[in-house]
Amino acid sequence: MNYSKKVMRHFRKPHNVGKIKDASGVGEVGNLVCGDMMKLYIKVKDEVLTDVKFETYGCAAAIATSSVITDLVKGKKIAKVLKMSNKDIIEELGGLPPIKIHCSLLSVEALMEALWNYHKKEGKKVPKELEKRHEMIAKVRQV
Amino acid sequence: MKKRHIYLDYAATCPVDPRVVKAMQPYFFAKAGNNMSLHSDGQRANEAIEEARRKILKAIGGKNGKLVFTGSATESNNLAIFGLAFANKEKKQIIVSAIEHDCVLNSAKSLEKAGYKLDFLEVDKKGRVKLDQLAKMIGKETLMVSVMQANNEMGTIQDISKIGEICKKAGVYFHSDAAQSFGREPIDVEKMGVDLLTLSSHKIYGPKGVAGLWMRQGVEVEPIIYGGGQEGGLRSGTMNTAAIVGWGAATEIAIKEMKRENKRLLRLREKLITGILKNISGTELNGDRNKRLANNVNISFRGIEGESLLLELDDYGVMVSTGSACSSASLAPSHVLMAMGAGEERAHGSIRFSLGRWTKSEEIDYLLKILPKAVARLRRVSVL
Repeated sequence: MNYSKKVMRHFRKPHNVGKIKDASGVGEVGNLVCGDMMKLYIKVKDEVLTDVKFETYGCAAAIATSSVITDLVKGKKIAKVLKMSNKDIIEELGGLPPIKIHCSLLSVEALMEALWNYHKKEGKKVPKELEKRHEMIAKVRQV
Repeated sequence: MKKRHIYLDYAATCPVDPRVVKAMQPYFFAKAGNNMSLHSDGQRANEAIEEARRKILKAIGGKNGKLVFTGSATESNNLAIFGLAFANKEKKQIIVSAIEHDCVLNSAKSLEKAGYKLDFLEVDKKGRVKLDQLAKMIGKETLMVSVMQANNEMGTIQDISKIGEICKKAGVYFHSDAAQSFGREPIDVEKMGVDLLTLSSHKIYGPKGVAGLWMRQGVEVEPIIYGGGQEGGLRSGTMNTAAIVGWGAATEIAIKEMKRENKRLLRLREKLITGILKNISGTELNGDRNKRLANNVNISFRGIEGESLLLELDDYGVMVSTGSACSSASLAPSHVLMAMGAGEERAHGSIRFSLGRWTKSEEIDYLLKILPKAVARLRRVSVL
């Protein structure tokens, strides 16, 4: 198993680490059984993610995927961010070892959960796709 | 500043001692005969192999049995388990400890699929097998018990002779995997009461690609590799003369230097354990502090996943491993620490530092200096 240079760069110097105190939304996914836990904070203004921060417990891939997703979505419109998939993360990182693909999924889930949380908090209608993803994530968490 | 290089993964594998390399050298070219050949070159190779065999047998007090050379400790463990099962088909229960190496666990599980009853012997929170449970588990159907002498991840040493006694009384075969302890801890197959013993070369500064299985006289096993009938038919395949000679030389050195080397390693081990537990919060030692290999330090760091810390230390030039090096291919937390009841966070956050022949005191000083920084950096990122 080998990590790409870009994964190692993000692991060594992750971007946007930390909390956002007055976050518009927070998403937390993963568990200790699988050994990865991510918490993603977003700040939204005029439907744009003006700030994104993360805290992650996990392997190098978990930290790198968290870091890179904050880069990818910061400054973007919610409508655009909702279309993101883990393929974008993997591509941006120059690939991931097969057994670490789930880390990229986890980071996208953390983002979606943060967006879902934002819609709920603001009393906004949750887009259908987002609601579906949220239900799936919640289901997995129960297992 | 020149980047440091500090190897602390001797339990994964060791560099080959230059004295061993020297002993092996002639067998690559000048004395390259096949030991099965009748001509002089073949005979010379054969003598070299037999000399190495004598050295290893002497090191374990194994004159009441035979040593079969294999290609790896994994193969030896496969041969012990499948070999015994194929040769003794009337008994269908196998007992192994829950903290065995994967090669024992997966061989046993394969037999379970073929209809065998497989029972796992539990360990306590320091990784010592529960002896009272063993006595209860053994029955009329029991073919064999397999318990490793020292654990590869957290170094706990078992009371092998007690297990040997129980097995002897019950009339079941007792196999012990001594891959981690051979050449590091005293071994006497008579005192230990083992019937089969797995030994390895590359963990004691010998070459990779050679290992052995010792079998007490009268123990019947079927081969798992068939061919030209080398090793009395138990392990066919052209013999790796250079590696076997190297292993013989490595064994002699390890036995001769064991006492002094262990004393030195013990001091370094204690310095490292004490230093970590004292200077870094949220750390715990895994395994038994005393009944432990002199070169093994296994620590769990709260809030950090082992792989991250491994890679972070690699940036400082320090080579360590998470639990067992083999398990980087899987995401599951260490089965050894889980069996000890450590819980997921502790199992995921464990790092094994294994010291060896070239570990210097100032390397431990350096590690103790950089480790708090590495841990703090990852804890800042962590959600826990």
